[in-house]
Amino acid sequence: MNLLNIKGLNKNFKQEDDSLLKVLNNINLKIKEKEFVTFIGPSGCGKSTLLNILAGLIPASSGQVMLKNKMIDKPGNDRVMVFQEAALFPWLTVIENVLFGLKIKKIDRDKAYQKALNQLKAVHLDNFKDSYPHQLSGGMKQRAAIARSLVLDPEILLMDEPFGALDEQTRLMLQSQLIELWQKTKKTIIFVTHNIREAVKLSDRIIVFGSSPGRIIAEFKIDNPQPRNRKNPSLIRIENKILKLLEKEIKKTG
Amino acid sequence: MKKLLPNTRKWLPKMIFILFILAVWQFLFKLNIWPEFLFPSPKMVTTTLIGGFKDGSFTSAITVSFRRLLIGYSISLLFGTSLGIFIAGFQIVEDTIGPFILALQSVPSVVWLPLALLWFSMGEKAIIFVVVLGGTWNMVINSSTGIKNVRPVLIKAAKTLGANKVQLFWKVILPAAVPHLITGMRLSWAFSWRALMAGELIGSGDGLGQILMWGRDMGNMSLVITVILLIGSIGYLTDNFLFKKAESVVLKRWGLNTE
Repeated sequence: MNLLNIKGLNKNFKQEDDSLLKVLNNINLKIKEKEFVTFIGPSGCGKSTLLNILAGLIPASSGQVMLKNKMIDKPGNDRVMVFQEAALFPWLTVIENVLFGLKIKKIDRDKAYQKALNQLKAVHLDNFKDSYPHQLSGGMKQRAAIARSLVLDPEILLMDEPFGALDEQTRLMLQSQLIELWQKTKKTIIFVTHNIREAVKLSDRIIVFGSSPGRIIAEFKIDNPQPRNRKNPSLIRIENKILKLLEKEIKKTG
Repeated sequence: MKKLLPNTRKWLPKMIFILFILAVWQFLFKLNIWPEFLFPSPKMVTTTLIGGFKDGSFTSAITVSFRRLLIGYSISLLFGTSLGIFIAGFQIVEDTIGPFILALQSVPSVVWLPLALLWFSMGEKAIIFVVVLGGTWNMVINSSTGIKNVRPVLIKAAKTLGANKVQLFWKVILPAAVPHLITGMRLSWAFSWRALMAGELIGSGDGLGQILMWGRDMGNMSLVITVILLIGSIGYLTDNFLFKKAESVVLKRWGLNTE
């Protein structure tokens, strides 16, 4: 069953000289429940803009996005977003950060605390529940941000280059942990990255974006079971295909 | 030597410097350039200091001054922060009131005193009015800067976590602005303190400033210098032990100071 339905979506930004910059052109996309979908493309292809529209943080210029039978026109905790910079609230401890959304949902105090603690256990951060964000490493911050989002049990987890600022070692570790979490919770995940290998390792489906204007140029389905071995020839073939497509896009914009 | 005290290296140079100042002072006194009542010795000032605390006149003057300061300072924090929030929240308020605030900030608040004395028929209210004006403008500027500089990603995160506008303001924007607010509070305190002393010199009542004026009228420079020392010490102690401490705790917690 389709969870998310994007129909004829366009997004223009007004530039300084009042001319319109076409950022997204006629995007049509259906995303199924429990699917792990990755948006990949060169910078400026509008993949992050699309994610922000799905989150309800910015409006589309035309077209529509339906989540089940509901139109998306504002942010909501059924679609929680994880950002490249962890965006934890620095004045709150780790567990207080995780409790943030639960308190807004007005969930009973003891129940909320138990939920938050369980979620922190799931990302192996329960020992750091009373630490402040500035005391955590980059990878731990990102895990806390993921816990803060998942604890709300959203329909969709939106991830905007969540591992983009991490070192390779941490990135690989978090990728595996994310797959584990995804298999356990069976959440729908929409993941934005410009790292091809990351996309191939994680996703059920990869949507390749081209730039100026941003549009969908290709789609790849990957059926290999998780956890995946990245030396698998079928994965390497997909990696190379995406690489070729992106190279062409980058050359075009020069 | 190293084993004396861990902070020896920090306070030893300070002590030596203070002794040096006292020595220069004593030396100038001995030169007899001015008569004794115009240029008192360190010893005379010390005697005045101890005497003033013994007969309770300093303590009661400080109490009177602090009462005015706390009233005026609290009003300036409340008023300044509210105005700052409005400036940060509404472009029209920023465009109209913004430049005005900058101009007002460059006016030393004591110049309002002649007017204030007429409006509030001398006395307490006029001085508090000047203290409020002294502290407000800094608070306006710092609170609006703090609110405008909240990292956009924190606001986006809060929105996707389900926060509505009211929750966004109280749970994210205001706490995120706390480092700027603390700095504003510290500067406002310093400006309020200066305004208070200036106001008390010209105004009336029994504050520290009035004792200083009384010393001048009596030709008692020892008292004048003692009060100046008190004003300086109180300003230093509050800034160093109250506000700097609070500021460093906040900066560390907010991850802005990685020391």
